Amino acid sequence: MDNITLAHGSGGKLTHEMIGGIFFKYFKNEMLERAEDAAVFAIKGKRIAFTTDSFVVKPIFFPGGDIGKLAVCGTVNDLAVVGATPKYISCAFIIEEGFSFSDLEKIVKSMADWAKDAGLKIVTGDTKVVGRGEADGIFINTSGIGVFEKDVKLGAEKIKPGDKVILTGNIADHGLAVLGKRKGLEFESEIVSDVAPLNKMLLELTKKVGGVKFMRDPTRGGVATTLNEITEGRKFGILIEEKNIPVSENARAACEILGLEPLYVANEGKAIIVVSSKNEKKALSSLRKNKYGKYAVTVGTVTKNNPGKVCLLTAYGTVRIVDMLSGEQLPRIC
Amino acid sequence: MIKYIDEYRDTKLCLSLAERIRAISKKPLNIMEVCGGHTMSIRKNGIQKMVGKHIKFISGPGCPVCVTAISDIDKAIKLAENKNTVICTFGDLFNVPGSISSLAKERASGADVRVVYSAHDALEFSKIEPSRRFVFLGIGFETTAPTVAASILEAAKENVDNYFVLALNKTMPGALRAVLDDKDSKVNALILPGHVSAITGLGMYSFLKDDLKISGCVSGFEPADMLSAVYILVEAHEAGRVILENAYRRAVKDEGNTKALGIMNEVFEPCHVEWRGIGMIPGSGLKIKNKYEKFDADKNFNVTVTRSKENKACLCGEILRGAKTPADCKLFGKACTPENPMGACMVSSEGTCAAWFRYSE
Repeated sequence: MDNITLAHGSGGKLTHEMIGGIFFKYFKNEMLERAEDAAVFAIKGKRIAFTTDSFVVKPIFFPGGDIGKLAVCGTVNDLAVVGATPKYISCAFIIEEGFSFSDLEKIVKSMADWAKDAGLKIVTGDTKVVGRGEADGIFINTSGIGVFEKDVKLGAEKIKPGDKVILTGNIADHGLAVLGKRKGLEFESEIVSDVAPLNKMLLELTKKVGGVKFMRDPTRGGVATTLNEITEGRKFGILIEEKNIPVSENARAACEILGLEPLYVANEGKAIIVVSSKNEKKALSSLRKNKYGKYAVTVGTVTKNNPGKVCLLTAYGTVRIVDMLSGEQLPRIC
Repeated sequence: MIKYIDEYRDTKLCLSLAERIRAISKKPLNIMEVCGGHTMSIRKNGIQKMVGKHIKFISGPGCPVCVTAISDIDKAIKLAENKNTVICTFGDLFNVPGSISSLAKERASGADVRVVYSAHDALEFSKIEPSRRFVFLGIGFETTAPTVAASILEAAKENVDNYFVLALNKTMPGALRAVLDDKDSKVNALILPGHVSAITGLGMYSFLKDDLKISGCVSGFEPADMLSAVYILVEAHEAGRVILENAYRRAVKDEGNTKALGIMNEVFEPCHVEWRGIGMIPGSGLKIKNKYEKFDADKNFNVTVTRSKENKACLCGEILRGAKTPADCKLFGKACTPENPMGACMVSSEGTCAAWFRYSE
C-alpha cells in the first residue's frame, strides 16, 4: 500500500502496523515501546506522566460534548489510566480560514470549564490559521503532564490469570453520538456521548483499592481493540462474557441499524480496569460511587488458555475469538 | 428490549432448539446458507457447534460484494478517475481490491468516493451539487434492486441529469441453480435468504423442490431464526421428504413484496452477467431498460477495462460455490487478511472468509 488511507487512523490493526513500522522504527526507545497511553519517567527522582493527543472530530459539536471537551478529557484520561493525576495541559489550535469566532469561543470556554472540573490548568498553547480548504474547521492538540500522588505502578506485565476485567459503564455511546449527527447519516436517537474526565474516579480507585494492575480507556477501535492491545504478545488471554457487556438499549438499537458491533465503537469516558480477583468487589464499589462509574461491571477474566487472544463466551455457551478492529469503522470520531 | 430481535436471541429458546436438533439429527446433512448474513450469524453465535456433528454448514453465493466480478470493480475504479465525477457506494465495496487498485486507494489519491447507506442518499447529493456527476454503484440482489430502481424513477420524475447508476444488481435463482448443478456440489438442503425472499416471495424457489429435489427453508438472521430453519430442514431430511418452507414469516410473505417487484421490473430487465467465482450465468443480472438509459452509467461514461485477472492461489471462487472452505485456502489468515485482502470474500463484512477470520473459533 503506497498511501495512507483512513483505515490507518482507525485505531485498529493498520494503525498499529503504521506505528510499529514507521514511528517505533525511528523513535525507538524503551519508554515509547511500552506503547501506553502516557509515558512515565522520573525527573530528579520524581515520577511524571506525559502524553499528547490530537482531536479532529466531525461534527465539532455533538450530543454530550464538543471538540474542546474532548480535547481536555482525552488527555486527562490518558494520564489518569497510567495512575497519574493530571496537573498541566497545553493546547494547540489549527484553525481554517473562515471559522466563526463564536464557535471558537464556545470551544475554548468548554475547555476551560472541563479543565476546572478535572482540577487542572491549561498553561501554554499555540494558534495557527490555514487557508480555506487546507483544514476542516478546527483541529486541536493537547499535551498533558501528570504527577503521582501515590506510588502506583501499573503495567500489563503485572496481569495474571484469574485477574478480573472491569468496564466502568455502558459502551459505544461516543461513537454513535457523533455518527448520529453526521451529514447524510442523521438518525433519531437520544444517544449522548460519554466523554468525561475520569481522573478523580481512577485516582480514588488506585488510592483506596489494592490489586489494580492495569487501566486503559477504550477509545478508537472500542473495547475489543483495547482488550487485544492488553493481551497482544502476552502469556495470558482474556475471556469476556457477552451477557455481561453493558450496552444501553438505544446504543444497541443504533448498532443494529448501522450494522456496527458495540465492542468496536469508540468510548471517551470509560476505562477498562484489570484488578486481582481478591479486590474485584472493592474496586467495583469504589467505582460505582463516582457518577462516571455508576454502571461499572465485571465483564471478563484473565485466562491461562488462549494466550495473546481475547475470547468471547456467547449467550449460547459457545466461544469465539474477538479480534482487533480491522479496517476503517468510523473516521474522525475523536 | 429491542422488539423483534431480543425474542429471537433468547438463550433458553436457542439452547432448547439446538437440543431438539441434536436429538433428531442422525444422518449427515450439508446445509448451504445462501446469504452472507446467515454466515455471519452462524459464526458469530457459534451455531455450527450447537447443532451436532451430523450437520455441516456450507457458505453460499449470497454475499453481493463477493460475487461482483473483478472487471466490474475495475470499471467502478475507472469511473472514479473521471473528472468532476463522484462515486457513491455502499461501504462494503469500498475496500474491495480490483486488479490494481481499490476505491479506498483511489480516494486516498484524490478521487471523490463517498460511502452512502442507500441509492437515495446519492440522488440527494446530485441534487445539492448539480454541477458534478454522481454515479451510484448499484450492487446487491433483489433486496436492494427496488430501491435503486426507485431512485432512478425519482430522478426521471424530477429531471435530474447528473445522477447515474452503474447497474450491477444480480438475481438469486440463476446463481443457486449454477451452484447446485456443479458436479462438486455436496449440498443437501438450503437456508434461503431472508431479505431477498421478502421482496421476491417463495415462488422463484419452486425449481429447488420440483427439479433438483433439494429442500429449502427461508430464515431470518437471529440465532433462533436460524435454529428453527435448521430444525425444519433436519426433520424433513430424516423423514426423506423434500420441502420448501418459510420460517421467517414476520418479514417474508409467500407472494413477496409485489409493489417493490413492480418498481424493479419497471426500470430493470434481465441480462447475462458474470459472477465472481462462478462465471457467466444467463439472465441473472439486471440492466437498466432503454427507457431509462440516460441514468445508465455504462452508456453515458466511456469506460473500458481490459480483462482482469484473479490471484491464482485465491480460492474465493470455490468458496463461493461451496466447494471449498476458507480452511482449505493457503492464503487465508496469512497472506490474506481483512487489512490486505486477496479476494472479495475477505473484504466484504458478509464474506465467508471475513466471517471465518473475524469470528474464528
